[in-house]
Amino acid sequence: MISNETPTHESSQAQRFRDAALPHLDAVYTFARYFLRDPADAEDAAQECYLRALRHFDSFRGQDIKPWLFAILRNICHAEFGRRSRVVLYDVNADAEERDPTVPIWQEEQESPETEMLRQSDTQTIQKLVAALPEAFREVIVLREIEGLSYREIAGIVDAPIGTVMSRLARGRAILRDAWFRSAA
Amino acid sequence: MTCDGMASLLHALFDGELDAVNAREVETHLVSCSSCASQLRDLRRMRHAMAGPAMRYRAPLGLRQRLESTLPAATSLTARVNPSRRNYALRGFATGSVVSTALAACLLLFVVHQQEEQRIVGDAVSAHLRSLQGHHLVDVQSTDQHTVKPWFNGHLDVAPPVIDLKAQGFTLVGGRVDYLNGGPVAALVYQRGAHVINLFVSPIAASKGGAAMEKRQGLNVRHWARSGLGFWAVSDVDAEELREFGDKFEAAVKNDAR
Repeated sequence: MISNETPTHESSQAQRFRDAALPHLDAVYTFARYFLRDPADAEDAAQECYLRALRHFDSFRGQDIKPWLFAILRNICHAEFGRRSRVVLYDVNADAEERDPTVPIWQEEQESPETEMLRQSDTQTIQKLVAALPEAFREVIVLREIEGLSYREIAGIVDAPIGTVMSRLARGRAILRDAWFRSAA
Repeated sequence: MTCDGMASLLHALFDGELDAVNAREVETHLVSCSSCASQLRDLRRMRHAMAGPAMRYRAPLGLRQRLESTLPAATSLTARVNPSRRNYALRGFATGSVVSTALAACLLLFVVHQQEEQRIVGDAVSAHLRSLQGHHLVDVQSTDQHTVKPWFNGHLDVAPPVIDLKAQGFTLVGGRVDYLNGGPVAALVYQRGAHVINLFVSPIAASKGGAAMEKRQGLNVRHWARSGLGFWAVSDVDAEELREFGDKFEAAVKNDAR
Protein backbone atom coordinates (compact mmCIF):
# COMPACT_ATOMS: atom_id res chain seq x y z
CA MET A 1 0.00 0.00 0.00
CA ILE A 2 3.10 2.11 -0.03
CA SER A 3 2.39 2.96 -3.63
CA ASN A 4 -0.73 4.86 -2.58
CA GLU A 5 0.46 6.46 0.63
CA THR A 6 3.97 7.55 -0.20
CA PRO A 7 3.16 9.90 -3.07
CA THR A 8 0.29 11.42 -1.10
CA HIS A 9 2.49 12.18 1.86
CA GLU A 10 5.31 13.42 -0.31
CA SER A 11 3.12 15.60 -2.46
CA SER A 12 1.31 17.17 0.48
CA GLN A 13 4.70 17.82 2.03
CA ALA A 14 6.01 19.39 -1.18
CA GLN A 15 2.82 21.39 -1.49
CA ARG A 16 3.28 22.75 2.03
CA PHE A 17 6.88 23.59 1.24
CA ARG A 18 5.87 25.33 -1.96
CA ASP A 19 3.22 27.41 -0.20
CA ALA A 20 5.53 28.36 2.64
CA ALA A 21 8.80 28.92 0.79
CA LEU A 22 8.06 30.21 -2.71
CA PRO A 23 6.66 33.58 -1.54
CA HIS A 24 10.15 34.31 -0.19
CA LEU A 25 11.95 33.76 -3.49
CA ASP A 26 12.57 37.47 -4.08
CA ALA A 27 13.94 37.85 -0.55
CA VAL A 28 16.20 34.82 -0.93
CA TYR A 29 17.44 36.07 -4.30
CA THR A 30 18.01 39.56 -2.88
CA PHE A 31 20.12 38.21 -0.02
CA ALA A 32 22.07 36.07 -2.52
CA ARG A 33 22.68 39.11 -4.74
CA TYR A 34 24.07 41.19 -1.89
CA PHE A 35 26.03 38.26 -0.55
CA LEU A 36 27.61 37.07 -3.81
CA ARG A 37 27.44 40.33 -5.80
CA ASP A 38 26.89 38.44 -9.04
CA PRO A 39 23.52 37.82 -10.75
CA ALA A 40 24.35 34.38 -12.19
CA ASP A 41 25.90 33.07 -8.95
CA ALA A 42 22.95 34.45 -6.98
CA GLU A 43 20.51 32.63 -9.24
CA ASP A 44 22.38 29.32 -8.86
CA ALA A 45 22.63 29.72 -5.10
CA ALA A 46 18.93 30.58 -4.71
CA GLN A 47 17.95 27.51 -6.75
CA GLU A 48 20.23 25.23 -4.75
CA CYS A 49 18.80 26.75 -1.56
CA TYR A 50 15.25 25.78 -2.51
CA LEU A 51 16.19 22.25 -3.54
CA ARG A 52 18.15 21.71 -0.36
CA ALA A 53 15.40 23.23 1.78
CA LEU A 54 12.84 20.90 0.22
CA ARG A 55 15.02 17.88 1.02
CA HIS A 56 15.25 18.94 4.66
CA PHE A 57 11.76 20.34 5.03
CA ASP A 58 10.85 17.45 7.37
CA SER A 59 13.24 18.85 9.93
CA PHE A 60 11.94 22.39 9.79
CA ARG A 61 10.25 23.16 13.11
CA GLY A 62 10.26 26.94 13.34
CA GLN A 63 7.40 29.39 13.01
CA ASP A 64 8.91 31.46 10.26
CA ILE A 65 10.54 29.80 7.29
CA LYS A 66 12.36 32.88 6.02
CA PRO A 67 15.27 32.87 8.53
CA TRP A 68 15.65 29.13 7.94
CA LEU A 69 15.92 29.65 4.18
CA PHE A 70 18.50 32.41 4.72
CA ALA A 71 20.60 30.14 6.93
CA ILE A 72 20.62 27.44 4.24
CA LEU A 73 21.39 29.99 1.55
CA ARG A 74 24.27 31.43 3.53
CA ASN A 75 25.82 27.98 3.96
CA ILE A 76 25.56 27.39 0.23
CA CYS A 77 27.09 30.77 -0.54
CA HIS A 78 29.97 30.08 1.81
CA ALA A 79 30.62 26.53 0.73
CA GLU A 80 30.26 26.78 -3.00
CA PHE A 81 30.69 30.35 -4.02
CA GLY A 82 32.75 31.86 -1.23
CA ARG A 83 36.14 30.95 -2.63
CA ARG A 84 35.34 32.32 -6.04
CA SER A 85 33.81 35.62 -5.00
CA ARG A 86 36.70 36.32 -2.66
CA VAL A 87 39.15 36.13 -5.53
CA VAL A 88 37.21 38.42 -7.86
CA LEU A 89 37.78 42.06 -7.10
CA TYR A 90 34.56 43.95 -6.90
CA ASP A 91 34.03 47.12 -8.86
CA VAL A 92 31.31 49.15 -7.23
CA ASN A 93 30.68 51.31 -10.26
CA ALA A 94 30.39 48.50 -12.76
CA ASP A 95 27.35 47.14 -11.02
CA ALA A 96 25.33 50.32 -11.41
CA GLU A 97 25.94 50.51 -15.15
CA GLU A 98 25.23 46.96 -16.13
CA ARG A 99 22.27 46.23 -13.91
CA ASP A 100 20.13 43.58 -15.45
CA PRO A 101 16.62 44.67 -16.47
CA THR A 102 14.93 42.54 -13.83
CA VAL A 103 16.52 44.57 -11.07
CA PRO A 104 14.97 47.95 -10.39
CA ILE A 105 11.48 47.96 -9.00
CA TRP A 106 10.56 51.61 -8.79
CA GLN A 107 6.99 51.49 -7.72
CA GLU A 108 6.37 53.25 -4.45
CA GLU A 109 4.21 56.32 -4.90
CA GLN A 110 2.86 57.47 -1.55
CA GLU A 111 5.36 60.29 -1.04
CA SER A 112 5.64 63.77 -2.43
CA PRO A 113 7.71 63.98 -5.65
CA GLU A 114 10.50 65.86 -3.86
CA THR A 115 11.05 63.41 -1.03
CA GLU A 116 10.65 60.55 -3.45
CA MET A 117 13.36 61.98 -5.69
CA LEU A 118 15.62 62.51 -2.73
CA ARG A 119 14.98 58.96 -1.62
CA GLN A 120 15.68 57.54 -5.04
CA SER A 121 19.04 59.22 -5.30
CA ASP A 122 19.80 58.23 -1.71
CA THR A 123 18.80 54.68 -2.50
CA GLN A 124 20.98 54.38 -5.59
CA THR A 125 23.96 55.65 -3.65
CA ILE A 126 23.36 53.53 -0.62
CA GLN A 127 22.78 50.36 -2.62
CA LYS A 128 26.25 50.67 -4.06
CA LEU A 129 27.71 51.43 -0.67
CA VAL A 130 26.02 48.43 0.96
CA ALA A 131 27.34 46.18 -1.81
CA ALA A 132 30.85 47.49 -1.15
CA LEU A 133 30.80 46.69 2.59
CA PRO A 134 32.94 43.82 3.89
CA GLU A 135 30.94 40.61 4.08
CA ALA A 136 30.55 40.41 7.87
CA PHE A 137 28.92 43.86 7.97
CA ARG A 138 27.09 43.57 4.65
CA GLU A 139 25.12 40.50 5.64
CA VAL A 140 23.89 41.86 8.99
CA ILE A 141 22.90 45.18 7.39
CA VAL A 142 20.98 43.45 4.61
CA LEU A 143 19.23 41.09 7.03
CA ARG A 144 18.31 43.93 9.38
CA GLU A 145 17.51 46.85 7.06
CA ILE A 146 16.26 45.15 3.91
CA GLU A 147 14.78 41.94 5.29
CA GLY A 148 13.73 43.41 8.64
CA LEU A 149 14.82 40.46 10.79
CA SER A 150 15.32 40.62 14.55
CA TYR A 151 18.71 40.43 16.27
CA ARG A 152 17.85 36.92 17.40
CA GLU A 153 16.98 35.75 13.91
CA ILE A 154 20.11 37.32 12.47
CA ALA A 155 22.26 35.75 15.20
CA GLY A 156 20.81 32.36 14.25
CA ILE A 157 21.53 32.88 10.56
CA VAL A 158 25.08 34.16 10.83
CA ASP A 159 25.76 31.75 13.71
CA ALA A 160 27.11 34.38 16.09
CA PRO A 161 26.04 35.70 19.51
CA ILE A 162 23.57 38.59 19.61
CA GLY A 163 26.30 40.81 21.07
CA THR A 164 28.39 40.20 17.96
CA VAL A 165 25.43 41.00 15.70
CA MET A 166 24.94 44.26 17.61
CA SER A 167 28.55 45.32 17.28
CA ARG A 168 28.71 44.38 13.58
CA LEU A 169 25.55 46.38 12.90
CA ALA A 170 26.95 49.40 14.72
CA ARG A 171 30.29 49.14 12.91
CA GLY A 172 28.69 48.46 9.51
CA ARG A 173 26.39 51.44 9.86
CA ALA A 174 29.28 53.67 10.88
CA ILE A 175 31.23 52.65 7.75
CA LEU A 176 28.13 53.14 5.62
CA ARG A 177 27.45 56.56 7.10
CA ASP A 178 31.01 57.77 6.57
CA ALA A 179 31.05 56.50 2.98
CA TRP A 180 27.70 58.14 2.37
CA PHE A 181 28.87 61.51 3.64
CA ARG A 182 31.99 61.23 1.55
CA SER A 183 29.97 60.44 -1.58
CA ALA A 184 27.68 63.41 -0.92
CA ALA A 185 30.54 65.82 -0.32
CA MET B 1 26.34 57.55 30.78
CA THR B 2 29.09 58.44 28.32
CA CYS B 3 28.76 58.36 24.53
CA ASP B 4 31.28 55.50 24.36
CA GLY B 5 29.08 53.19 26.35
CA MET B 6 26.12 54.41 24.36
CA ALA B 7 27.12 53.29 20.84
CA SER B 8 25.65 49.79 20.63
CA LEU B 9 22.74 50.73 22.94
CA LEU B 10 21.82 53.53 20.55
CA HIS B 11 21.59 51.01 17.72
CA ALA B 12 19.59 48.61 19.86
CA LEU B 13 17.16 51.43 20.69
CA PHE B 14 16.92 52.36 17.02
CA ASP B 15 16.15 48.72 16.19
CA GLY B 16 13.53 48.43 18.92
CA GLU B 17 15.59 45.74 20.68
CA LEU B 18 16.31 47.51 23.96
CA ASP B 19 14.64 46.69 27.26
CA ALA B 20 12.62 49.43 28.95
CA VAL B 21 15.20 50.30 31.60
CA ASN B 22 18.05 50.82 29.14
CA ALA B 23 15.78 52.53 26.61
CA ARG B 24 14.84 55.16 29.19
CA GLU B 25 18.48 55.72 29.98
CA VAL B 26 19.47 56.17 26.33
CA GLU B 27 16.54 58.48 25.69
CA THR B 28 17.53 60.64 28.65
CA HIS B 29 21.06 60.82 27.27
CA LEU B 30 19.79 61.82 23.82
CA VAL B 31 18.07 64.90 25.21
CA SER B 32 21.37 66.33 26.42
CA CYS B 33 23.79 64.97 23.79
CA SER B 34 23.58 66.54 20.35
CA SER B 35 26.23 64.25 18.88
CA CYS B 36 24.30 61.06 19.72
CA ALA B 37 21.05 62.72 18.67
CA SER B 38 22.47 63.60 15.25
CA GLN B 39 23.81 60.05 14.91
CA LEU B 40 20.28 58.79 15.47
CA ARG B 41 18.98 61.17 12.78
CA ASP B 42 21.56 59.79 10.33
CA LEU B 43 20.47 56.26 11.16
CA ARG B 44 16.87 57.21 10.40
CA ARG B 45 17.81 58.80 7.09
CA MET B 46 19.82 55.77 6.04
CA ARG B 47 17.00 53.44 6.97
CA HIS B 48 14.59 55.59 5.00
CA ALA B 49 16.85 55.31 1.97
CA MET B 50 17.09 51.55 2.37
CA ALA B 51 13.38 51.01 2.98
CA GLY B 52 12.29 51.46 -0.62
CA PRO B 53 11.62 48.51 -2.93
CA ALA B 54 14.52 49.65 -5.11
CA MET B 55 16.95 48.09 -2.63
CA ARG B 56 15.46 44.69 -3.37
CA TYR B 57 16.04 42.50 -6.35
CA ARG B 58 13.37 40.54 -8.11
CA ALA B 59 14.16 36.89 -8.78
CA PRO B 60 14.67 36.22 -12.51
CA LEU B 61 11.59 34.78 -14.17
CA GLY B 62 13.49 31.71 -15.38
CA LEU B 63 14.47 30.80 -11.83
CA ARG B 64 10.90 31.13 -10.61
CA GLN B 65 9.57 29.00 -13.45
CA ARG B 66 12.23 26.35 -12.94
CA LEU B 67 11.41 26.09 -9.24
CA GLU B 68 7.67 26.05 -9.82
CA SER B 69 7.98 23.21 -12.27
CA THR B 70 10.53 21.31 -10.17
CA LEU B 71 8.65 21.36 -6.88
CA PRO B 72 5.58 19.35 -7.91
CA ALA B 73 7.69 17.16 -10.22
CA ALA B 74 9.71 15.94 -7.26
CA THR B 75 6.56 14.64 -5.62
CA SER B 76 5.00 12.87 -8.61
CA LEU B 77 8.22 11.04 -9.36
CA THR B 78 6.95 7.72 -7.98
CA ALA B 79 3.57 8.10 -9.63
CA ARG B 80 5.07 8.50 -13.08
CA VAL B 81 7.08 5.28 -12.97
CA ASN B 82 5.80 2.62 -15.39
CA PRO B 83 3.31 0.40 -13.45
CA SER B 84 4.97 -2.89 -14.40
CA ARG B 85 8.30 -1.77 -13.01
CA ARG B 86 6.73 0.13 -10.20
CA ASN B 87 7.09 -2.38 -7.43
CA TYR B 88 10.70 -3.01 -8.12
CA ALA B 89 11.46 0.64 -8.54
CA LEU B 90 9.55 1.52 -5.42
CA ARG B 91 11.28 -1.06 -3.29
CA GLY B 92 14.68 0.18 -4.33
CA PHE B 93 13.60 3.75 -3.97
CA ALA B 94 12.02 3.11 -0.60
CA THR B 95 14.99 1.24 0.87
CA GLY B 96 17.44 3.78 -0.39
CA SER B 97 15.44 6.71 0.73
CA VAL B 98 14.58 5.24 4.13
CA VAL B 99 18.25 4.69 4.86
CA SER B 100 19.36 8.04 3.57
CA THR B 101 16.44 9.87 5.16
CA ALA B 102 17.18 8.25 8.52
CA LEU B 103 20.84 9.15 8.18
CA ALA B 104 20.05 12.68 7.13
CA ALA B 105 17.54 13.04 9.97
CA CYS B 106 20.06 11.85 12.58
CA LEU B 107 22.72 14.13 11.22
CA LEU B 108 20.35 17.04 11.04
CA LEU B 109 19.00 16.49 14.54
CA PHE B 110 22.55 16.37 15.78
CA VAL B 111 23.46 19.53 13.91
CA VAL B 112 20.31 21.36 14.99
CA HIS B 113 20.89 20.26 18.58
CA GLN B 114 24.49 21.44 18.41
CA GLN B 115 23.48 24.73 16.87
CA GLU B 116 20.90 25.26 19.57
CA GLU B 117 23.47 24.58 22.29
CA GLN B 118 25.93 26.90 20.61
CA ARG B 119 23.28 29.58 20.36
CA ILE B 120 22.45 29.31 24.05
CA VAL B 121 26.13 29.63 24.92
CA GLY B 122 26.28 32.68 22.65
CA ASP B 123 23.21 34.13 24.34
CA ALA B 124 24.72 33.50 27.76
CA VAL B 125 27.91 35.33 26.80
CA SER B 126 25.90 38.24 25.37
CA ALA B 127 23.74 38.40 28.49
CA HIS B 128 26.85 38.35 30.69
CA LEU B 129 28.36 41.25 28.74
CA ARG B 130 25.10 43.19 28.83
CA SER B 131 24.82 42.72 32.57
CA LEU B 132 28.23 44.34 33.02
CA GLN B 133 27.63 47.23 30.60
CA GLY B 134 24.08 48.26 31.24
CA HIS B 135 24.20 48.94 34.99
CA HIS B 136 21.70 46.16 35.35
CA LEU B 137 23.62 43.43 37.11
CA VAL B 138 20.96 42.45 39.60
CA ASP B 139 17.22 42.87 40.11
CA VAL B 140 17.42 41.67 43.68
CA GLN B 141 20.57 42.57 45.55
CA SER B 142 21.31 40.36 48.50
CA THR B 143 24.02 38.10 49.81
CA ASP B 144 21.34 36.09 51.59
CA GLN B 145 20.21 33.04 49.62
CA HIS B 146 16.96 33.04 51.61
CA THR B 147 16.11 36.44 50.15
CA VAL B 148 17.15 35.68 46.58
CA LYS B 149 15.39 32.34 46.19
CA PRO B 150 11.88 33.54 47.18
CA TRP B 151 12.31 36.51 44.84
CA PHE B 152 12.66 34.12 41.89
CA ASN B 153 9.55 32.24 42.98
CA GLY B 154 7.57 35.35 42.18
CA HIS B 155 9.26 35.98 38.82
CA LEU B 156 9.81 32.62 37.13
CA ASP B 157 7.93 29.35 36.70
CA VAL B 158 10.92 27.34 37.86
CA ALA B 159 12.94 28.77 40.74
CA PRO B 160 16.65 27.92 40.60
CA PRO B 161 18.63 26.49 43.49
CA VAL B 162 20.25 29.46 45.23
CA ILE B 163 23.35 28.77 47.30
CA ASP B 164 25.76 31.17 48.91
CA LEU B 165 29.34 30.07 48.39
CA LYS B 166 31.05 32.78 50.38
CA ALA B 167 32.90 30.26 52.54
CA GLN B 168 34.22 28.66 49.34
CA GLY B 169 35.38 32.00 47.93
CA PHE B 170 32.42 32.92 45.70
CA THR B 171 30.13 35.56 47.20
CA LEU B 172 26.49 35.66 46.18
CA VAL B 173 25.65 39.22 45.08
CA GLY B 174 22.06 38.80 43.93
CA GLY B 175 19.87 37.64 41.07
CA ARG B 176 17.94 38.89 38.09
CA VAL B 177 15.75 37.62 35.27
CA ASP B 178 17.53 37.46 31.92
CA TYR B 179 16.81 35.90 28.52
CA LEU B 180 18.40 32.89 26.85
CA ASN B 181 17.16 31.35 23.62
CA GLY B 182 14.06 33.51 23.66
CA GLY B 183 12.85 32.56 27.13
CA PRO B 184 13.21 34.08 30.60
CA VAL B 185 15.80 32.41 32.79
CA ALA B 186 17.25 32.94 36.24
CA ALA B 187 20.64 34.62 36.46
CA LEU B 188 22.51 34.25 39.75
CA VAL B 189 25.34 36.67 40.25
CA TYR B 190 28.47 35.74 42.17
CA GLN B 191 31.61 37.67 42.86
CA ARG B 192 35.16 36.33 42.98
CA GLY B 193 37.56 39.11 43.92
CA ALA B 194 36.99 41.78 41.28
CA HIS B 195 35.39 39.30 38.86
CA VAL B 196 31.72 38.66 38.25
CA ILE B 197 30.28 35.22 37.53
CA ASN B 198 26.84 35.02 35.96
CA LEU B 199 25.18 31.65 36.50
CA PHE B 200 22.19 31.15 34.19
CA VAL B 201 19.71 28.46 35.17
CA SER B 202 16.98 27.23 32.85
CA PRO B 203 14.80 24.12 32.55
CA ILE B 204 16.02 21.92 29.66
CA ALA B 205 14.91 18.71 27.99
CA ALA B 206 18.06 16.64 28.63
CA SER B 207 18.06 15.94 32.34
CA LYS B 208 21.72 15.08 32.77
CA GLY B 209 24.94 15.85 31.02
CA GLY B 210 28.65 15.99 31.64
CA ALA B 211 30.12 19.39 32.33
CA ALA B 212 31.80 21.13 29.42
CA MET B 213 34.03 24.16 29.29
CA GLU B 214 34.51 26.46 26.35
CA LYS B 215 35.97 29.85 25.59
CA ARG B 216 34.00 32.57 23.80
CA GLN B 217 35.02 36.17 23.22
CA GLY B 218 37.70 35.85 25.87
CA LEU B 219 35.23 34.54 28.45
CA ASN B 220 34.97 31.09 29.92
CA VAL B 221 31.64 29.29 29.83
CA ARG B 222 30.99 26.16 31.87
CA HIS B 223 27.83 24.22 31.15
CA TRP B 224 26.32 21.32 33.01
CA ALA B 225 22.86 19.83 33.57
CA ARG B 226 21.11 18.15 36.45
CA SER B 227 17.54 17.00 37.13
CA GLY B 228 15.94 18.90 34.30
CA LEU B 229 17.89 22.10 34.81
CA GLY B 230 20.65 23.46 32.59
CA PHE B 231 23.42 25.60 34.11
CA TRP B 232 25.68 28.03 32.26
CA ALA B 233 28.36 29.82 34.24
CA VAL B 234 29.99 32.73 32.38
CA SER B 235 32.92 34.74 33.63
CA ASP B 236 36.32 36.19 32.91
CA VAL B 237 37.86 34.21 35.78
CA ASP B 238 40.17 31.53 34.42
CA ALA B 239 38.87 28.12 33.41
CA GLU B 240 40.24 26.35 36.49
CA GLU B 241 38.45 28.75 38.85
CA LEU B 242 35.22 28.47 36.93
CA ARG B 243 35.42 24.68 37.10
CA GLU B 244 35.97 25.00 40.85
CA PHE B 245 32.93 27.26 41.06
CA GLY B 246 30.78 24.73 39.21
CA ASP B 247 31.95 21.84 41.37
CA LYS B 248 31.45 23.77 44.63
CA PHE B 249 28.02 24.91 43.53
CA GLU B 250 26.95 21.34 42.73
CA ALA B 251 28.40 20.00 45.96
CA ALA B 252 26.65 22.68 48.00
CA VAL B 253 23.31 22.02 46.28
CA LYS B 254 23.62 18.31 47.11
CA ASN B 255 24.47 19.14 50.74
CA ASP B 256 21.60 21.57 50.95
CA ALA B 257 19.16 18.94 49.72
CA ARG B 258 20.08 16.58 52.54
